[in-house]
Amino acid sequence: MTSPIEIEDSATKVAAEGEAKPEAAEPTLEGRSPGQLMWMRFKRDRVGVICAWIVLAYFVIGLAAPLLTMLSGTDPYTMYGQDPAYSDKPVIDEFGLPLGTFGGVSGDHWFGVEPELGRDMFALLIYGIRTSLLMALLVTVLCMVTGVVIGLVAGFLGGKTDFFVGRVTDFFLAFPSQLFFIAFMPVITALFVDPQEETPTYFRALAMLIVLWILGWMGMSRLVRSVVMMLREREFVEAAKVSGASNWRIVFKEILPNVVSPIIVQFTYTLPSTILTIAFLSFAGVGFVEPTPDWGRLFANGADYTQMVPSYIFFPGLALVIFVLAFNLLGDSVRDAFDPKSGR
Amino acid sequence: MFKFILRRSMGAVITLFLIGTVTFFLFLSGPSDYASLACGKDCSPARIESIRHAMGLDLPLFQQWWDFMSGIVMGRDFPTGHCSAPCLGVSYSSNELVWDTVVDRMPLTLSLTVGGLVVFLFIGLAAGMIAAYKKGTAVDKFATGASTVLSSFQIYLLGPLALLLFVWSTGWFENPKYYPFLENPFLWLAGLWIPILVMSTIFTAQYTRMARSELVQQLQEEHVRTARAKGMSKKYVFFRYAWRGSLIPILTVIGIDISSLLSGGVVTELTFSLHGLGRLAVDGATTKDLPLTMGVMLVSAFFILICNMVTDILYAYVDPRIRLS
Repeated sequence: MTSPIEIEDSATKVAAEGEAKPEAAEPTLEGRSPGQLMWMRFKRDRVGVICAWIVLAYFVIGLAAPLLTMLSGTDPYTMYGQDPAYSDKPVIDEFGLPLGTFGGVSGDHWFGVEPELGRDMFALLIYGIRTSLLMALLVTVLCMVTGVVIGLVAGFLGGKTDFFVGRVTDFFLAFPSQLFFIAFMPVITALFVDPQEETPTYFRALAMLIVLWILGWMGMSRLVRSVVMMLREREFVEAAKVSGASNWRIVFKEILPNVVSPIIVQFTYTLPSTILTIAFLSFAGVGFVEPTPDWGRLFANGADYTQMVPSYIFFPGLALVIFVLAFNLLGDSVRDAFDPKSGR
Repeated sequence: MFKFILRRSMGAVITLFLIGTVTFFLFLSGPSDYASLACGKDCSPARIESIRHAMGLDLPLFQQWWDFMSGIVMGRDFPTGHCSAPCLGVSYSSNELVWDTVVDRMPLTLSLTVGGLVVFLFIGLAAGMIAAYKKGTAVDKFATGASTVLSSFQIYLLGPLALLLFVWSTGWFENPKYYPFLENPFLWLAGLWIPILVMSTIFTAQYTRMARSELVQQLQEEHVRTARAKGMSKKYVFFRYAWRGSLIPILTVIGIDISSLLSGGVVTELTFSLHGLGRLAVDGATTKDLPLTMGVMLVSAFFILICNMVTDILYAYVDPRIRLS
């Protein structure tokens, strides 16, 4: 019973604060949910919309990587420089360096080829993007859900629970997280696989998932806790309490809908940083190993070859800079759309 | 104030103890067999058994834990010899004392971290202040645009680019190298300026953005407007009112960023082939040398806690409300 009134109430409140003032003065009052208002503001932000398309394009490229490599006629596993089947079209010279301009850019190999093995850079890059994006999406969603649940419980129950959860959160935050990622990886992998055997790729993925998950939920939990603490004292929650709503109802119907916008904003900031963390793991040599194509490892390999083949690091690097830039700007736009006061 | 510092250090000691314990039980007492890990592939059962005994892994868990934790405070004896006070065990791969290795690698990591911190605080905050002071002008737009683009770069991209530009293709400078600071500060700077600049670029960009937006927000506050209306100069109000108010959120972020600075150090050390704590952690992880990794971890956690404590004390100094509560 409370929810329609509450939505309308907060809608007019946001409208009064935001740019939609003239509409509120019109004779025919039209109720708009905070979500609709946010969407309207977001659509007006041209930079944000462009960045959203760019980010979406990366996800499409990642998902459609097999289709795109069918178009280019290459795949990330074939060693075009060493496979005798391709000896009629040499791509690597006798020193192991790519033939042709800028790392061997040609009609066959759009982004050139890798030194030594001669694998196709285009295929490696888009398959690498695919691995990183899927991994990061999974990790971020897991961390978000965990953080939201813990934050909700701590913020809503308060008191001793909150104190206890707060100390645990502080404890996890005191870990030197990135060093721990490096250190924990072999330990967690050793949990699943006998160290004397080869580690299958999906166990590596699982180990990365667990490590990043354990040390990734704290930011979200703190944010949700502080928002919930604030909301708990608001009138509409008290009204619900007085009218006899159960705790479950209050948490899911009254509080959770109001926490959605900070969660979305946090999500758009966390996803790119998770991708960078995964790239960091690969760069440090504890992430995915050959032959799984991975974005981060392209930088590790590229850095080794920069002196001889500067083009190696160019395409993956450019792709990463554009991606992170677009995602950061998108995050700013989303934040501004939700909270017009925080404008730049 | 003294009480505040005392309370914080107590908390730090407890946290360090907990981190040590958790790390210990995860690392040395986890379900995997560390003797065979240390031995590697193709190892005879007898050899595994002897390694297990030498490492003390045949003792009860609690005993192992107590030996390790008390070793940090009091030192401990190994079959190979005595290991004095902050004893972090013996490395599996090099058979050297972990503490000695850590102390040997520490100066480089400290140089990078402190150097980077100084650079990004000075340049980042100054650029942010100038941009906020000249809000809306070309200077502001340039600073905002440049910092947005630069903060999307990564150390492992900028590092090779900087090497290509300054070292490989032009030969202007030599490959980065560590010289002890106390022996010759100029040589130290000459050897490390490229890594320090590369490492701090991203932080500089982030702090420019943050300082600018905090200051712009503070300048819109009512007390700032009132001060201006009373006739105080723009400069005075900017430094005494707005700057002071924006220090608290900036300090909070610096406290959090210390740990990302340490991880930035890892990438920087790998990119420039420098040998510091970060590379030690990576080596420890890839060779599965657990005492080594654990030692690096505890020392870094110690540093982070110290830095957080200093930030908290500064925090209390800037904001009296925190000191008193």
